[in-house]
Amino acid sequence: MPRRLLPAAFLAAAIAILIAAPAAFADALTPESGGSQNADDIDTLYKLALYIGLAIFLLVWGTLIWSLVKYRARRGGRAEQIRGNTPLEIGWTVGAASILVVLTVVTFLYLKDIESPPASGPEGLRAAQAQFASVDQPNPPKGGGQVLRIHVNGQQYIWRYDYPSGDGQLFSYQELVVPTDTTVVLDLEASDVIHSWWIPKFGPKADAVPGYVNQTWFKVENEGEYRGQCAELCGSGHADMRAKVVAMSPDDYQSWATQKRDEIQKAGEDLAAQRKQREKDQGN
Amino acid sequence: MEAGTAAREGRIARPEILLHGLRPQQRGWLRWLTTTDHKRIGILYLCATFLFFILGGVEALIMRLQLSQPNNTLVSPETYNGLVTMHGTTMVFLFIVPVLAGFGNYMVPLMIGARDMAFPKLNALSFWLVLFGGIAFYTSVFFEPPQAGWTMYPPLSDDAFSAGGGVDAWIFLIHLTGISSILGAINFIATIHNMRTRGMSWGRMPLFIWTILVYSYLLVVALPSIAAGVTMLLTDRHFGTGFFDPSAGGDPLLWQHLFWFFGHPEVYIMILPVFGMISEILPVFARKPIFGYKAIAASTVAIAFLGLLVWAHHMFTTPTPTVVLAFFMLASFTIAVPTGIKIFNWIATLWRGQIVMKTPLYFAAALPALFTIGGISGVILAIFPVDWYLHDTYFVVAHLHFVLFGGSVFGLFGGLYYWYPKITGRLMSEALGKLSFWLMFVGFLMTFLVQHSMGLEGMPRRIYDYDESLGVGTYNLISTIGAFILAVGVLVTVVNALKSYRGGKKAGNDPWQGNTLEWFTSSPPPPNNFDVIPRVRSVEPMKDIRREVAAAAVPAETVAQPVAPRSL
Repeated sequence: MPRRLLPAAFLAAAIAILIAAPAAFADALTPESGGSQNADDIDTLYKLALYIGLAIFLLVWGTLIWSLVKYRARRGGRAEQIRGNTPLEIGWTVGAASILVVLTVVTFLYLKDIESPPASGPEGLRAAQAQFASVDQPNPPKGGGQVLRIHVNGQQYIWRYDYPSGDGQLFSYQELVVPTDTTVVLDLEASDVIHSWWIPKFGPKADAVPGYVNQTWFKVENEGEYRGQCAELCGSGHADMRAKVVAMSPDDYQSWATQKRDEIQKAGEDLAAQRKQREKDQGN
Repeated sequence: MEAGTAAREGRIARPEILLHGLRPQQRGWLRWLTTTDHKRIGILYLCATFLFFILGGVEALIMRLQLSQPNNTLVSPETYNGLVTMHGTTMVFLFIVPVLAGFGNYMVPLMIGARDMAFPKLNALSFWLVLFGGIAFYTSVFFEPPQAGWTMYPPLSDDAFSAGGGVDAWIFLIHLTGISSILGAINFIATIHNMRTRGMSWGRMPLFIWTILVYSYLLVVALPSIAAGVTMLLTDRHFGTGFFDPSAGGDPLLWQHLFWFFGHPEVYIMILPVFGMISEILPVFARKPIFGYKAIAASTVAIAFLGLLVWAHHMFTTPTPTVVLAFFMLASFTIAVPTGIKIFNWIATLWRGQIVMKTPLYFAAALPALFTIGGISGVILAIFPVDWYLHDTYFVVAHLHFVLFGGSVFGLFGGLYYWYPKITGRLMSEALGKLSFWLMFVGFLMTFLVQHSMGLEGMPRRIYDYDESLGVGTYNLISTIGAFILAVGVLVTVVNALKSYRGGKKAGNDPWQGNTLEWFTSSPPPPNNFDVIPRVRSVEPMKDIRREVAAAAVPAETVAQPVAPRSL
């Protein structure tokens, strides 16, 4: 009897884990979302596929376990010598194919919203306020309007962000500062090996491949900090190549940009002065 | 001319057997070293690859220990990346692909009623190439193991970023195992096409043979692509070319295309023969014919063909036009159809059977269950906008282990328990076998189910540590505990196999009431496999023979070593 109970106990434990693990952690079965509308669309699309998948999972596990329990060898039992059934074969082939057709259609319905950046919202950074890189917009948003275009460069093991700025340089490392309600398009490049830029709450990730410019976008509604990290093995510091996005109101962004630009300009001038001084010292 | 004359003169021309080419059999270990017998080579394959399996498993356990808690410092990031690379490479190139060659080597001639493989010496060469490929690769542990992952993406794997010799050791391994696999594949193709016994038409060929044949063709088609890729990587690293170096006009994505054009068919190379194994095991233990023989054989061919057209679904996050991504999504979707057909046919095979609950059946029945989860996550990953989120996260790690471990390894263990009595003449312990199964099944689910959640929380793959704020600490701890339960399960089977080799119950010719020809001969089979090879009249020749024997009450004279059916 105990020998028969052992597998049953293991099975019970397995099922308990199966049920308890997802229940214990609220969003354990779905992606992070809520940072940007493309993340929400991905979340919806994922959930749809997951529900279909769960139905298939229950069907397969149900019939499999039922068959294994119900049709155990019994004394005097007889196995039906069935070799196949063509209507059944056609049935599940067509069934599986039609589920995939549904998935395909839904994916294409959501694709545009996930892929194409929309125009910035009314509360977003306005052209009058800021320097959009208007001369450098190969793919303007479909709905018209402007986007903030930021150049991202992946390097072992840090991200560099170059922002559009009227005159003078504006860049930052590791921490990307963006205005809320503004569509931000990222042009991704890498200067050494392949990296991948990803903030889970913003949805898509995109590889930064040397020799290519890749693109992704997001539009943050809420101020705050969003974290992510490099998703493509890039060397020994891969795990520590973190990315952080700080979203602030357009006005705050504006003043941050001004301040940052001044800092960079001042640092540049200081450096130039030091260099001049050194040259002068060496000259004497 | 002379024979004709002789015949006319009334003398009968007889074939002559020339003995001067025959060498005396070697003794002891030399007999193993010089063997060209497909069964001995098969055993060499199985033993060597299981050693590599244990090695790869230990590497996985070290990684799981490191990840068991946030900010752990058990291993350095360099060591961790080395372990990532060694684990992936070992399991793919030194375990799953060659272990299937091992099973194929042992079983193909027996199942088709042949006395050996078509090219016995080539067969031996195939084995030694794998072994020395593995040794060459593992010597890098003594200088600097490769750290760029088993996918070895340049520029990271280029000399500028991986100067040590580890990547070169890896390239050496790919070439040696690649040559081995191609030679092995040609051997299987020649054997299966030409050496089937009388009556074994294509429609009567065991499904395992079908899958080994498709596996062989896939190897021949896919391997040249990676062979070209690693050769280009080698010249990039040492001879100044710039195939993958953008600053020299090269393209890092070219590698990814070459790699995955091989790498995705490789996935089917690793699973199809296992599908074949359980297509043999399930009907035997359900005491029913396989449901939908033609559908399963045809879906094998369909999966192999479609498997050649989906490689760029590994590259959804690269800078690639949307129309290309859409094509690869649709192609990947279509594979779900033939795979689904197989799973439904297996369940239908069990349906209304008289299922004998032996260990091989446990493992074989676990495959459709676990593979279904891997298949569902595979379809989710094929939706490319969703993959933009999930790509390179632990969700992918979970997915690939559900298909490769839940699929291939569970099926392989079923094959091991099924054929062990044929190979050794002894049955493995059922108690230990079932214990091993439950430990592995529960351990496996604990290890890999939670990894889906880790990925969804935002944990990328191949990171040696993570911050507490990521919120995946608990998942990782569960996963690590599961991995050790899984490891104990594997260990129980290893102990079982070693113990049963001498102490197991005698198996007899046909302990399971099998359907295929390997059960016709003795266990283990004699060097020539069969004294008399029966004529094949159906896909289940042994069932026919048992029926004839039962009808005749005494063994028919043409049947060499049949055993009357007996209850298990």
